[in-house]
Amino acid sequence: MKVLMFGWEFPPHISGGLGTACYGLTTGLAKQKVDVLFVLPRLFGDEEKSKNGEHDFRLKNASDVTINFTGTNTEEFWKKISFMEVDSVLIPYMNPQEYYNILSKEFGEKFQRKSYIFSERFEFTGKYGNNLMDEVMRYALVAAKIADSETFDLIHAHDWLTYPAGIAAKEVSGKPLIVHVHATEFDRSGENINQYVYDIERKGMEAADKVITVSSFTKNIVVNRYGIPPEKIEVVHNAVDIGKEKCYDTYKKHVKEKVVTFLGRVTFQKGPDYFVESAYKVLQYDSNVRFVMAGKGDMLYRMIRRVAQLGISTKFHFTGFLEGNEVDELLYISDVYVMPSVSEPFGISPLEAIRSNTPVIISKQSGVAEVLRHAIKVDFWDVDALANYIYGLLHYDALSKMFIKYGKEEVDNLLWDDVARKVNTIYQEILVK
Amino acid sequence: MRAICFYFQVHQPFRLRRYRFFDISNDHHYFDDYANRSILRKVAEKCYLPMNNVLLDLIKEYGANFKVSFSISGTALDQFELYAPDVLKSFQKLANTGSVEFLAETYSHSLSALKDKNEFTRQVTQQAEKINKLFGQKPKTFRNTELIYSDAIGEMVANLGFEQMLTEGAKHILGWRSSNFLYCNAINPKLKLLLKNYQLSDDIAFRFSNQAWSSFPLTTDKYIDWLNNINPKEEVVNLFMDYETFGEHQWADSGIFEFMRHLPGKVLSNTNFKFKTPSEVAAGLQPVSPIHVPFPISWADEERDLTAWLGNELQNDAFEKLYSLSELIKDCDDENLLKDWKYLQTSDHFYYMCTKWFSDGDVHKYFNPYDSPYEAFINFMNILSDFIERLENYSSNKKNVDKPLNKLENKEKKLPLKKVKKTKEPKKVVKAKSTAKKSVVEKKQAVKKVAIKKKLEVKKVAAKKTSTKTNSSSITKSKKKK
Repeated sequence: MKVLMFGWEFPPHISGGLGTACYGLTTGLAKQKVDVLFVLPRLFGDEEKSKNGEHDFRLKNASDVTINFTGTNTEEFWKKISFMEVDSVLIPYMNPQEYYNILSKEFGEKFQRKSYIFSERFEFTGKYGNNLMDEVMRYALVAAKIADSETFDLIHAHDWLTYPAGIAAKEVSGKPLIVHVHATEFDRSGENINQYVYDIERKGMEAADKVITVSSFTKNIVVNRYGIPPEKIEVVHNAVDIGKEKCYDTYKKHVKEKVVTFLGRVTFQKGPDYFVESAYKVLQYDSNVRFVMAGKGDMLYRMIRRVAQLGISTKFHFTGFLEGNEVDELLYISDVYVMPSVSEPFGISPLEAIRSNTPVIISKQSGVAEVLRHAIKVDFWDVDALANYIYGLLHYDALSKMFIKYGKEEVDNLLWDDVARKVNTIYQEILVK
Repeated sequence: MRAICFYFQVHQPFRLRRYRFFDISNDHHYFDDYANRSILRKVAEKCYLPMNNVLLDLIKEYGANFKVSFSISGTALDQFELYAPDVLKSFQKLANTGSVEFLAETYSHSLSALKDKNEFTRQVTQQAEKINKLFGQKPKTFRNTELIYSDAIGEMVANLGFEQMLTEGAKHILGWRSSNFLYCNAINPKLKLLLKNYQLSDDIAFRFSNQAWSSFPLTTDKYIDWLNNINPKEEVVNLFMDYETFGEHQWADSGIFEFMRHLPGKVLSNTNFKFKTPSEVAAGLQPVSPIHVPFPISWADEERDLTAWLGNELQNDAFEKLYSLSELIKDCDDENLLKDWKYLQTSDHFYYMCTKWFSDGDVHKYFNPYDSPYEAFINFMNILSDFIERLENYSSNKKNVDKPLNKLENKEKKLPLKKVKKTKEPKKVVKAKSTAKKSVVEKKQAVKKVAIKKKLEVKKVAAKKTSTKTNSSSITKSKKKK
């Protein structure tokens, strides 16, 4: 079985959980003897390769795909595709980097007017830059071309950035489309959703033959907010890497205080402000703690100012975005990990924390709360409860020891292989129809 | 006969290295030695050495008719000793000409005047001593960090014995008045004030090589004209600027050195101005009035106030946290801690946390080694956290160990006050592992018990207030009562 998979990011060039999940899934599928052609807007060359040699996944660089346009060819080409029109207004996107509002062009119009004799290569930046919408649309164009030239049985698209590409590939090839919802616009932006992103998400889900969500929490949103019938949706929870054998011995904690960590994008969705407020409360009772916020995002500067305003800056530290081993090091030396997400479709990071022997406090409004039994669950807005549980985990050893021990067992059973198996079953079911 | 008073600021901070959360409690080295050395050498080659030579030549040529003044911060002096002894020699040569006055300032170019009087006094005294040691002059003139001044600060400076002080001729405190007169402090009129003529100073210091400037290029002739156009009744023109103007801010190829070479000659021959040091200016003129500065001013940015260093949440928090340690510092005599404490107070660290982003922001950004004020803040706070921990450890160790020993040295002075604590101390020392000290402590105990008996009646009240849970103290006290 061959699957054409569209993604947007892949480790190590990630900014969030999407890349990690894609990597886990593709390696798992490879073990299931499913051939995956994973298309990315841009390959940097140092992406994680699959471990076993036999059934592999291939990474395809969309920037390498050349598209030939001559006058008449264009017309033919465009007849095969009915594109989703995207209005020409700005679109904020999921990654909280800076961006500028731009007008997005209607692709069809542009290319029908001119006739090129050279082949064009579109340079994708693969980043969440200021011409994101352009890139999404061009990606779709390239996807159509790839779908034309490759053979495969299914199309699998991850998150809204790739839905247009998935739809284009489906129209060109006629193969079934599976859309994988890792996050929705409601998760990212609360109620101030961007209409265009929402439209793309909805169209993607409607055009798909099957919708996979990473949790029941997300499934509910898809049913209620996007109007997709529940039978069309399958819940497949994410998993976490077993992890390379970490050299935990080399990780030493130098500060003598306990460490409470927040690790994630510092943006509205992740609730960093609740973390800061609860830190303040805890420090009123116990000054023998250090709080760490690791990550970057559009709310980072606001958080730094708030910490300075509360006067806790000698006990509340910011590390910026951590890469690779530093993440493990921080998680390992932490005594508590907190994920106060406002709306988290799944949340892989608490699993990584448990894997590093750290008890976790997670928000009830998250997907991972469905799979973890040995974690403390709070409502994200309940700062008092958060402070209370942080204090408890820091001072009552029995509690934290129990969470670490049983939590680890639970996490060890959350394997990407199982996820891949489930996805593979879904593939089989669709192909049978 | 009117005066031109040149004053040049020489300052280099001890810059902080990148210090991360993972370094806290792990690495106690805060300063970027490599950057500090390379930057100092660069500035020395481009500015200090060549400009000092220009000045030496001018003094040789015009003798007592050409005078200038400097203030060199303690941190700059420390760095000269570490990385650029040739620069130090060059300044000493200037001192020896007799035409150069050296001013006093806070040792680490700090904002302590705004917060901690004792720290301020200590730093100023230290600085003045260093100047005396290196240049053989006891400073009579003072300038505060970045010319920060207020009535209260002026009063503090006057009480330290200084006769005159430099500050900015800021519009909002001068109003209709001109900076070209001598003024005095509003609280203590004995302190004379020289106010910077920012127009003429900044023409040289900022606008000299700005091609968009209406008066570009600035020639000595133009400048002489402006000087001659000043109202003849006005008595002094104070030209205060950063010494790095010459070679660093204004590059050599802008012609700044040539300008300065020719200026004194033209001034002396074509105007009725003479060059004077701040002391000479103050001695030769009468203050025309006191000047009221209720809120601190400075020479920084358009606002000429404190917002370059204080005002946003980051700066305020860092500042408060830093100076909240003064209590602990008072009892500290560890050299390294005291040195770090001094260097962490340098105003530059707060400057980098400034969030003003307009035209002044460009100046800030140019000199800012950090990508953003938030990074500056985080870096500083990480270092401060580590410093706080070291200081607290030091203090608690000191309490446990030193007090019994201290009494041995200062029996007459400290015995009465510490009597009650003595009865506690033995127990603490015993718990704290060192048994060797027991015998010493016991002997002292015996000595103290005698003394205690004599003075118990007087100290009863004090004893009751400071008594602790330890049984022995209450038992001994009750015994004595009987």
